Amino acid sequence: MLYPHVKMHNLQLNSVVSHPPREGSGLGRARLPSGPIMTTITPVNSLRSLPDETGHFGKFGGRYVAETLMPLILDLEKEYRKAKQDPAFEAEFQDLLKNFVGRPNPLYFAPRLTEHFRKLAPAGKGPKIYFKREDLNHTGAHKINNCIGQILLAIRMGKTRIIAETGAGQHGVATATVAARFGLPCTIFMGAKDVERQKPNVFRMKLLGAQVQPVTSGAETLKDAMNEALRDWVANVHDTFYIIGTAAGPHPYPELVRDFQSVIGHETRQQVLEAEGRLPDMVLACVGGGSNAIGMFHPFLDDPEVAMVGVEAAGHGIETGQHAASLTGGKPGILHGNKTYLLQDEDGQITEAHSISAGLDYPGLGPEHSWLHESGRVRYVPITDDESLEAFQLCCALEGIIPALESAHALAALPQLTAEMDEDKILVVNVSGRGDKDIFTVAEALGVEL
Amino acid sequence: MTRFETAFSKGPALVCFITGGDGDTAANLDALVEGGADVIELGMPFTDPMADGPAIQEANLRSLAKGTRTADIFRMAAEFRARHPQVPLVLMGYANPMTIRGPEWFAEECRKAGVDGVICVDIPPEEDAELGPALRGAGVSLIRLATPTTDTARLPAVLEGSSGFLYYVSVAGITGMQQAAQASIEDAVARLKAASDIPVAVGFGVRTPEQAGKIAKVADGVVVGSAFIDLVKQHGDNAAGPLRELTAALAEAVHSAR
Repeated sequence: MLYPHVKMHNLQLNSVVSHPPREGSGLGRARLPSGPIMTTITPVNSLRSLPDETGHFGKFGGRYVAETLMPLILDLEKEYRKAKQDPAFEAEFQDLLKNFVGRPNPLYFAPRLTEHFRKLAPAGKGPKIYFKREDLNHTGAHKINNCIGQILLAIRMGKTRIIAETGAGQHGVATATVAARFGLPCTIFMGAKDVERQKPNVFRMKLLGAQVQPVTSGAETLKDAMNEALRDWVANVHDTFYIIGTAAGPHPYPELVRDFQSVIGHETRQQVLEAEGRLPDMVLACVGGGSNAIGMFHPFLDDPEVAMVGVEAAGHGIETGQHAASLTGGKPGILHGNKTYLLQDEDGQITEAHSISAGLDYPGLGPEHSWLHESGRVRYVPITDDESLEAFQLCCALEGIIPALESAHALAALPQLTAEMDEDKILVVNVSGRGDKDIFTVAEALGVEL
Repeated sequence: MTRFETAFSKGPALVCFITGGDGDTAANLDALVEGGADVIELGMPFTDPMADGPAIQEANLRSLAKGTRTADIFRMAAEFRARHPQVPLVLMGYANPMTIRGPEWFAEECRKAGVDGVICVDIPPEEDAELGPALRGAGVSLIRLATPTTDTARLPAVLEGSSGFLYYVSVAGITGMQQAAQASIEDAVARLKAASDIPVAVGFGVRTPEQAGKIAKVADGVVVGSAFIDLVKQHGDNAAGPLRELTAALAEAVHSAR
């Protein structure tokens, strides 16, 4: 086994214990970079050293693409290695995150939710709950972090046209935003069904100057939009950069998306140290493709005292077959350039995902999550549509924050998790996006006519 | 001699593709052979055919909608082999259906069904371990794709471990769309043939006897797919006649090119 020590982490929630900050894990931890993407020296046996040089996370990841794309993928990797070493690239990335995206966003202590769950929990249980406020970013979600990084890479590579896939439209809006900011033409592929379901975001993308291409093949949702983006890319490799929206796809995408999103975890680390003087006992995030989760988790992977929970969308329930929980209800396979857990039948045909949250409605997830799942470092739990709706309303009512339905899945794991944690523990939830985009979906689900 | 060697030894070969389970596959395969096809490619349907244009995408979905299973594809292959002992048969498809039960299982099924070669669109040389060793171990050719973006530095990696023939994808794009310029095809084929002894077949965007004849002047084989798929779409379960006719016209052009 590649990482035998991983199994030693005790991830049972009821035995999460607090640790004093480890030597060197404070603000002055010298070997940590100030920014999220500069190359760091990682200790031997670090969980943060993957992917390997062939782009694999254990048996997951890889580069399963048509030959036409292979040379470009290799180029992208080379260019990314160079960019990672280039202080000017890092400086521009950080400047845009600060002045265009509005980072750092706050780590917010959620007093009423904390109180609420303490009341429900057994005596002495119910940790302090903090929110990492990715919802306060420009464009309203974490997606923009990655788009900034990728468009800077596109420009470095001399590409003059941007394409992207989108499901709910959040990644499409973020891509259209950076394309406008840098004056590059941009085509967004979006399932025809999603175009119909997500009209406000379609209009936003158009306002931002993007061309929105409805995809009518397959089930007309995110997976088909990704197929169509890959088809466009294959035909336009000479001038086109594909900004993939999540930490999936062929290597080096899972790695570079993770690195760009790791700003979430790096900030959280600093902020929680400032607020509490120690690391959190648990970080919690929703997992669709898994970019917000990996961005939160990755900077903490080598801190065994930090437990991690990823929340998958269980849709109508795992037992109904109508869900998007690839780890709970799928098995490893190859799709969209990487090997990872997928929803599929026994012949390897991909099955349709379902979630009330369009951003989680995908039959796979990033390969690093598959690896973290099998290694046992991160625990993944399913949350249904109904549970997420309840958490959505609770967060609105108690904290004055309308979370994205994606983020509401993470919040919906709180009843279970908080009941098992002592009240002096610290739990950070990544609120990956704001929920304004979801109010029509929520209204419909609650039977409210707008 | 292997079936591939025999097929390519007679001059330029016509390679014909249809999707398994779309229409009456047995009758359609027979029609291709009767029309003069030298090599048959049988498409394994997949829900997410990323490298295919609309025609073959729809064929994949039509086939799956009829309930086609992997076992059905191997049954079609085995029955084809029984009816046509000499015609090389290639399975073409995507990585997930080919690897889901393990590469050894897939390679062994190919061997048992009399399949001569496999084209897997989304397993590049970098991921060869996923399927290549198992196929070679079972005596089944792994047929790789070379494309306009495959440069000279990369070509040896593409050729390594491949056999049967090399499939030159003449356009950077998806199946059934635009055709490559003849000059670019000639340059590419010359480059590929200089690097390897295995036959080079050219495909993507080839629809008419005229195009096929021109390519056959320089290449060892010409691959036609979407034009057949269009006929299956149009004629449903009664496509054999039209398929035979188109194959005959293409074969005439290809076989008389040199």
